[in-house]
Amino acid sequence: MNHITITQILFLSTALFFIGVYGLLTRRNMITMLMAIELILNSVNINFVAFNKYLYPENLDGLFFTIFIIAIAAAEAAVAIAIIINIYRNHRSIDVEDNEEMKY
Amino acid sequence: MSTTKIFRAAIFLLFTLIGVAGLYFWMQVEFVAAVQIIVYVGGIVVLIIFSIFLTQQSGTEMAKPTMQRRIFSLIAVLCGAGLTGLLICQHTFPNNAADTMDDSVQNIGTQMLDYQDAGFALPFEVISILLLAAMIGAIVIALKSNAEES
Repeated sequence: MNHITITQILFLSTALFFIGVYGLLTRRNMITMLMAIELILNSVNINFVAFNKYLYPENLDGLFFTIFIIAIAAAEAAVAIAIIINIYRNHRSIDVEDNEEMKY
Repeated sequence: MSTTKIFRAAIFLLFTLIGVAGLYFWMQVEFVAAVQIIVYVGGIVVLIIFSIFLTQQSGTEMAKPTMQRRIFSLIAVLCGAGLTGLLICQHTFPNNAADTMDDSVQNIGTQMLDYQDAGFALPFEVISILLLAAMIGAIVIALKSNAEES
């Protein structure tokens, strides 16, 4: 079953991470930036599981880190979307360029 | 290069997350794969799609990013990806794949609620309090303007 090595999984998660970074840098819509952050968190999760499975199979620390990261990502998404909907009610726009009262 | 329709972006995110869950199934960590499908695909993507419906007029397209920002982001991302790829290529990992990981749900549950040295009881409790605080905070933030109006 193990024809695919850990190196290839790490390449996949690197690609996912930098696609997320590209989305975070180019997009100016808050919801799409949130989606990019989800991609980054997912690539980190893949890394944790792969390192745990291939390098340290005797304990389960990476698995627990993954589960905790998923829980924190859920909490973060819930709070972020509540804030975004509130901003939309006040400003009628969720573009980061239109929301700059706290900038100066 | 990237789609300007935000709803399509959400659907692509959905399939990416299902693909990551498939990768977990392939690595034989079925519990994490199940958690991934339930929490991400069943929860976060649905939340994102609902927030798109609430905040976006349907059919409107997002503005394309400026060419300058796209080029500089692409340069930064390619440099970072190249450096990481180079590091991964040069490093040789020890081969421990002979050992099998005991990731039965029973073992995960005992270790998560174990308060001895190898246990994760304290982070588990902290995460549960964080989740509770986040949910209450989300409800409070979303309700605030309604309370002010009435």
